[in-house]
Amino acid sequence: MTQQNNTIVEIRNVYKSYHRESLIVPVLHDITFDIAEGEFLALMGPSGSGKTTLLNLIAGIDKIDKGTIRVGDVDISTLSETELAHWRANSVGFIFQFYNLIPVLKAIENVELPLHLTSLPTKERRSHAEMALNLVGLSHRMDHYPGEMSGGEQQRVAIARAIVTDPTILVADEPTGDLDRVSAEEILSMIERLNTEMGKTIIMVTHDPRAAQRAKILRHLDKGYLNDDASQNPL
Amino acid sequence: MMLLKILFRNAFHNKLRSSLTILGIAVAILAFGLLRTVISSWYSGVEAASTTRLVTRNAISIIFPLPISYQEKIRQIAGVKIVSYGNWFGGVYIEEKNFFPNFCVEPKTYFQLYPEFVLDPLQQKALLADRKGFVAGRKLAERFGWKIGDTVILKGTIYLGNWDFVLRGIYHGRDETIDETQFFFHWTYLNEVIKKRSPNWADKVGFYMIGISRPDIAPDVALAIDNAFKNSLAETLTETEKAFNQGFIAMSGAIVTAIQMVSFVVIFIIMAVVANTMAMTTRERTGDYSIIKTLGFGAKDITILIFGESLIITATGCIIGIILTFPAAKAFGHSLANYFPVFLVSAETIYYDIAAAFLIAVLAAIIPTRHAIRIRIADGLRRIG
Ligand SMILES: Nc1ncnc2c1ncn2[C@@H]1O[C@H](COP(=O)(O)OP(=O)(O)OP(=O)(O)O)[C@@H](O)[C@H]1O
Ligand SMILES: [Mg+2]
Repeated sequence: MTQQNNTIVEIRNVYKSYHRESLIVPVLHDITFDIAEGEFLALMGPSGSGKTTLLNLIAGIDKIDKGTIRVGDVDISTLSETELAHWRANSVGFIFQFYNLIPVLKAIENVELPLHLTSLPTKERRSHAEMALNLVGLSHRMDHYPGEMSGGEQQRVAIARAIVTDPTILVADEPTGDLDRVSAEEILSMIERLNTEMGKTIIMVTHDPRAAQRAKILRHLDKGYLNDDASQNPL
Repeated sequence: MMLLKILFRNAFHNKLRSSLTILGIAVAILAFGLLRTVISSWYSGVEAASTTRLVTRNAISIIFPLPISYQEKIRQIAGVKIVSYGNWFGGVYIEEKNFFPNFCVEPKTYFQLYPEFVLDPLQQKALLADRKGFVAGRKLAERFGWKIGDTVILKGTIYLGNWDFVLRGIYHGRDETIDETQFFFHWTYLNEVIKKRSPNWADKVGFYMIGISRPDIAPDVALAIDNAFKNSLAETLTETEKAFNQGFIAMSGAIVTAIQMVSFVVIFIIMAVVANTMAMTTRERTGDYSIIKTLGFGAKDITILIFGESLIITATGCIIGIILTFPAAKAFGHSLANYFPVFLVSAETIYYDIAAAFLIAVLAAIIPTRHAIRIRIADGLRRIG
């Protein structure tokens, strides 16, 4: 699929700070940038620079203090808690460092879970989930619980869960941070393929240069400031 | 639905902790059920009381008697159908610990007035024919292995000396709530002996038992009886059988209150235990709840998950507790048959059990649910790392 230049995420003058007791800790300062549809962006930066915070804001699991964030044609900074939850269910796929699967659900059930917020009938939920698991090569682990799978396998289940609703954007927070080299490469290839073969827009936080290499565009955060020059990945 | 799957599996995920909590709830419900049964069996005399029976006693105190001559006068009062009478005998069989209630009564009218004590007509005839005859409840006869025709000697504590009786009949309760541990013999037998010993004390009865035609006339009849003996040497106090029986219980009211309080304390303690379990499990699952919220599920779904888990654990414990209550009550009632002639787990007790369990489940879930809903997703997810 060829890269399109339609903007899918538009971040304008975003500020975010946390309150710690009586102290206000500024975390993000005047962040402005766009993400084009079909882009694979790696967000890099030292620990504590605000990468997770920014990703959470884009994904609608945290609220900004100032500015706007648009995803598609929705200004998510104006949505209420409930509207935001609804929006997330339809528009965002999540991949986390620690997989965050529900331990009491089998692989297939974990993948099916987000579909319970859609109007899909039971049968189709199951077949969608099977398809997604198939896509990450885990059909044979369908009935396994997370505790019975390796880290790499769990992360693949998490990827299946993230894509099963066909979201507008995929966000990944250090998806390989907890994996050995081989599993990490596997996961990265998979994420890369979601971008190149399925045209998914992906925003990935990482401080692993090897992971960043896979992305098309790199952006750097430092102490809450965005280094303005988005570098095209040399790859 | 997937949420139900999650909450069911969550409830039994940590097997040791769930089992211990469920065991605790089961034991608490069992204890609660037994204590409530003690209380209700205490009141069983009151519950079993008929609304068409009155009891007349000396107005000053139950320990003072009334003249036997009152019988005729009472019988003539409008609305009165049957008049029977009796005395508390207070005899001891062999030794003190073999306690059971024993009365002398006028047997013919007594068994008419108390149809809940079912006596074979032939046995009743044999009883009436024998001045020294007595009737025992089925459980009492079984307890001491008495057979019809056996001679039984009671040691009098109020009326001193050894008194010999012959078993002429064994009565059965009309249903299982009826006390089958009582001992009845002829008032005339007691009276004859007293007459010989101390004539001043003869021709006296402890109380009259009066059958009336309809429950609604009870207050009027009671008043008419008491008025009939106003300003006599022995004034009377007439009340319904229920009120009369209640008067006995009132004496032990403090004990009942104490038992009642203990039963609530038991529930309170287990509530704290379950609340602690729920707090622990939900804290461990903060990350799970956060990811569920991340996926777009709302406060309602989190509430279902936590309340559901709490309800499943308590309901399981409650059901086990209720199931155990019946055999336990049976064993308990068996060994304490002397004190609690009727020891049955009532439907009301089961309702109380269920209500208590429900209350435990809900209260234990409130705070963890609030916490899980309120925690910001970003913070909840951070906890995992
Ligand atoms: N809930 C919070 N309350 C207070 N401070 C917070 C909170 N969350 C994050 N911070 C602070 O905000 C800053 C940025 O945190 P963030 O998690 O976004 O960094 P990061 O770039 O993802 O770091 P890492 O690479 O270690 O994951 C840090 O200084 C952190 O301590
Ligand atoms: Mg981070």
